[in-house]
Amino acid sequence: MAKNKEEDRSAGARAIVRFRVSDVVIIAFISILCLTCILPILHVLSKSLSSNTAVLARKVYFWPVDFSLAAFKEVFADSSMTYSMFFSVEVTLIFTILGMIVCTCAAYPLSKKRLKGRSVLTFLLMVPMYFSAGIIPQYLLYFNLGIYDTMWVLILPLIYSAYNMLIMKNFFLTTIPESLEESAFLDGASNFQILFKIVLPLCKPILATLSLFYAVGRWNSYADNMYYTRSSDLKMIQYKLYQLVAAAAESQTSSLDTGSTIESTPEVLQAACVMFATVPILIIYPFVQKYFVQGTMVGAVKE
Amino acid sequence: MAKTKAKPVKGTTTPWSKAIKRDWQLYLMVLIPLVLVCVFVYGAYPGLHMAFMDYKPAKGYAGSEWVGLQTFQKIFQDADFIRALRNSIVFNILDLLVGFPMPIILALMLNELRFQKFKKVSQTILYMPHFLSWAIIGSIALTMFKPSSGLVNTLLMNVGVISEGIPFLNEKWHWAVTYLLIGVWQSMGWGTILYLAAITGISADLYEAAMIDGANRWKRMWYIALPGIKSTIITLLIMNLGKVMGSNFERLKAFENSMVKDFQYQLAIYIYNKGLSNQKYSMATAVGLFQSLVGLVLVLLTDRIAKAMGENGLL
Repeated sequence: MAKNKEEDRSAGARAIVRFRVSDVVIIAFISILCLTCILPILHVLSKSLSSNTAVLARKVYFWPVDFSLAAFKEVFADSSMTYSMFFSVEVTLIFTILGMIVCTCAAYPLSKKRLKGRSVLTFLLMVPMYFSAGIIPQYLLYFNLGIYDTMWVLILPLIYSAYNMLIMKNFFLTTIPESLEESAFLDGASNFQILFKIVLPLCKPILATLSLFYAVGRWNSYADNMYYTRSSDLKMIQYKLYQLVAAAAESQTSSLDTGSTIESTPEVLQAACVMFATVPILIIYPFVQKYFVQGTMVGAVKE
Repeated sequence: MAKTKAKPVKGTTTPWSKAIKRDWQLYLMVLIPLVLVCVFVYGAYPGLHMAFMDYKPAKGYAGSEWVGLQTFQKIFQDADFIRALRNSIVFNILDLLVGFPMPIILALMLNELRFQKFKKVSQTILYMPHFLSWAIIGSIALTMFKPSSGLVNTLLMNVGVISEGIPFLNEKWHWAVTYLLIGVWQSMGWGTILYLAAITGISADLYEAAMIDGANRWKRMWYIALPGIKSTIITLLIMNLGKVMGSNFERLKAFENSMVKDFQYQLAIYIYNKGLSNQKYSMATAVGLFQSLVGLVLVLLTDRIAKAMGENGLL
């Protein structure tokens, strides 16, 4: 429906207005912004595939000079980097699976208007979105619970997300006709049967969307990794990368002071590390993007 | 967003015994998130009383002394806190001023693109920064903006505009601009989604009528598209106003270096440094509580304003 309208409009526009200066202006504007998104990544990618001397000579722009895979070999040979990568994958997988279970367990009952006590439950499950105790009380709580500095501190506190629950609940409310479930209910189906046999199969798009919200959210964040863990074998790849950046930023600042050009990590290696952590996202991104757009729109719809 | 107002629907009047018998499976399900929330969210709330104590980690809750509001008096006399608070508020307002209009402009432009293929590809590209972590963005920014060998400075020097590298990230005023612009860059594409959805909802008749009346493209943007998405703009503006007390730790950390502490020192950094690095638990908790409370009040307040203006509220 909306698509038709859009096509109508552009068809109408085409009939009346021909290619104009304004088209050029708009296309140029958007193209420039797109370039600001592509070129930096292309530049880092080029650096990561160039030789150290070419990078130091500032010859690398948007294409590798003296193509070399040495930096990537070094990254892969660094067992702590590959370990972090695998650890990230592991945490993200567990987090996403548990998160989806918890999210469904919250959203499905709360989408049932007949559920007694629904408003109290909704309130209890929405408060976390608006008020958090802050880092220190959480830190001490995790310490007392015995999950401080374990893998679980990266998973359990965040698998329930009020925001994701809201999106899923909105989707249930707007997409699943009540009559469908009611008739199944009258046929003697239990709540579980209705959920697994009728509702969830109809909700594949939102399940995909929310899994991706969970996965990308977990993959990209590193604040809790800094706050609540200490062991080096609990460092996710983003945290590793952050530490690399922090060291590089400091050395850059100090080299600015003293005028020396010594750096902690060669730039090529730094670039390779960045690409190592970025490429997984870049590969899946074009495929998952449409789910994200959809999820964001469902989240904006009010019950 | 969540409407918790009880509507008189069937079921609310059924007795508990019957409701539980019918829906015990649903209650069983909801128990899982409820337990998680109670343990990990509500479970941390009692810890807030550290803000009213002189909490010593060695003595624990029982052995520490109650000091009432002294901690709050102390933080408001703490020059570090005042600096962090000032920086947070100033940077959040600047973020809003610079970052808020950009998605609107971009959405209006994208809407005018007549080549659907180009539109799709550019949207995909513009959404991408939203998916990169701040660690990645920080490291890319570092590569791009190095004073000595960064790409931007190299290019500018090659063209001959400058003879010496600009310290984009190593001098506080340059840093402020770079930091803000990178924030805009990261969120501009993603921010267009809701506006584009709203624009699609505008009747095509309005556009046709305007075209027949001879309104050019810019006029159509100004007089049709913009008023058409007004309520989306107001709702999002209000939502963002509620975040003025917020502070993005990961973003700040990714752009940290010792030359820019004057501006980069914001509330999230203050809490981290005082609390986790220096173990001043009471002070850090008090600041966290202050931040959460002000945030909560702002959300409730802005929600009221939105509703008073006849827009959809958030709660």
